[in-house]
Amino acid sequence: MLEVINAVCGYGGVTALQGISFEVKAGQLVALIGANGAGKSTTLRAISGLVPLRAGALRFDNEVLTGARPPRILKSGIAHCPEGRRVFPHMTVEENLDMGAYLRSDRSEVAADRDRIYGEFPRLAERRKQAAGTLSGGEQQMLAIGRALMSRPRLVMFDEPSLGLAPNIVERTFAIIRRIRDTGTTVLLVEQNAFAALDMCDHAYLLEGGRIVLSGTGAELIANPHVRKAYLGA
Amino acid sequence: MKLLLSIVVVAALAAVPLWLSDPYLLNALITTGIFVIGAMSLNLLLGFTGQLSLGHIAFFGIGAYVSALTSLGFSVSLPFGLHVVHEPWPPLAGFAIAVLVSGLCGYLVGRLSFRVRGAYFVIVTISFAEVVRLVALNWVELTQGPLALTSIPPMQVGFPGLGEFVFRTKLHNYYLVLGVAVACYLLIARLVRSHVGRAMRGLMENETLAVSIGIDVTKTLTLAAVVSAGICGGAGSLYAHYIKIIDPEVFAFINTVTMVIMVITGGKGTLAGPVVGGLIFGLMPVALRPVMAPEAQWIAYGSALIVILFIMPRGIVPALMQWFPRMKPVTAPGFAKRGVEESA
Repeated sequence: MLEVINAVCGYGGVTALQGISFEVKAGQLVALIGANGAGKSTTLRAISGLVPLRAGALRFDNEVLTGARPPRILKSGIAHCPEGRRVFPHMTVEENLDMGAYLRSDRSEVAADRDRIYGEFPRLAERRKQAAGTLSGGEQQMLAIGRALMSRPRLVMFDEPSLGLAPNIVERTFAIIRRIRDTGTTVLLVEQNAFAALDMCDHAYLLEGGRIVLSGTGAELIANPHVRKAYLGA
Repeated sequence: MKLLLSIVVVAALAAVPLWLSDPYLLNALITTGIFVIGAMSLNLLLGFTGQLSLGHIAFFGIGAYVSALTSLGFSVSLPFGLHVVHEPWPPLAGFAIAVLVSGLCGYLVGRLSFRVRGAYFVIVTISFAEVVRLVALNWVELTQGPLALTSIPPMQVGFPGLGEFVFRTKLHNYYLVLGVAVACYLLIARLVRSHVGRAMRGLMENETLAVSIGIDVTKTLTLAAVVSAGICGGAGSLYAHYIKIIDPEVFAFINTVTMVIMVITGGKGTLAGPVVGGLIFGLMPVALRPVMAPEAQWIAYGSALIVILFIMPRGIVPALMQWFPRMKPVTAPGFAKRGVEESA
């Protein structure tokens, strides 16, 4: 479904990705794991067009997206849930969801999708007129996920969805991400919590220093001695 | 509640000339009103996209000059033996062209600086205002330079079949400015609640996220700059046809600072902020004149500024909304920290 071929990119004089190639198959939950600074976030940013590729190519369902700008990539069906501050704090919950459908013009369909997300997350429905910045961390995460789904993506990319959340909320977040995959949307997940990511994914890639050094199913990577030693603390 | 308050305020402002006949005070209200329009346009950029234009008076002055020249006519020689002669057009055409030309200048400044934004935008706007001032000062053949453009005709509108109406007196101009100000207020209110207005606020609140959902930064900010500059140019046109004389002093930096003060003290990012701040700081010199020497007035002006920002750091309107929570839309307590939500 998504093919990244020899992608090189960086910021100023720093090369963050040294030519990485990988593939995300339709319907799968694919995890990118690695240490801080390995290039995980940059990979997602390169796919969604936020960082230009210096070399390499990007293909999504046989459509060449190399060099495309973020709106076009989003329209072709890739949504990105960036790390860090997850919502527009001064907008209401409802406005935040509508922002996810910024590029869509089919208003009634957008409203229907919004209601579906309220059905999925009743907490958001209760707080629809409330400023998003007043929600708890977990609720903000639900809102961020809901917003990403509002563009009707075929592939959703989550960047560190567990960051800064309480353990029980992390559990819930992962459950929701699995359910998104189970309902037919492909997921590309970047996660520092390597064990959780490997445990739930269908396929995983290990990034080190801007290169992919290992790939395999989650179980294979969990069993790999290098992964166990460096990332799972076993 | 909010709608009711707005209607009461507009009705009260409309009733002012009924009991106030002092031409000096009416004049102060008219010029303040014109500056309030300028402040509202600045607020669209500063309060709703977070971009500080420190040359905003350039758009005002361009509007004033363009409108004046359109209605006065001019004759200039250009390089390569070209000679341009413009016959006088009606002032209303001047107003329309002023809005268009100022909007176009907003587009150019926005396109030039919004790729990098922030400090660069501030610098580009300051430089732009200075360049325009120097052009107005030195292109004597067109602008009369320091001799000023004089005898600018009063604003005038024609109704098909009903004849012409000329805004000759202060009273006419008062209602003209009030009408344009209300129209601009409604336009800005409409814009910031629209699809693209949401994109502007989104960019200010969380740019990374805004870009990730497909918002085009340069396009959105440039649109805000165009609308803001266009409105400010319209205010400049009203100024030219009311004062009837303009010189390059209109581009003075202090005029931009005045607008910034109006926006910041009133509350940036709120629709009513520039109106409240504008009325206070526009009319304060008038209120202080009978009791203070001009030098002391500046001290009082500065002190008022410091006191207001010390007590109400986000501006008057957000502070009032916090003190009278019934006036603001549903948000959780203690959240109105940056004053964006009341516009929502």
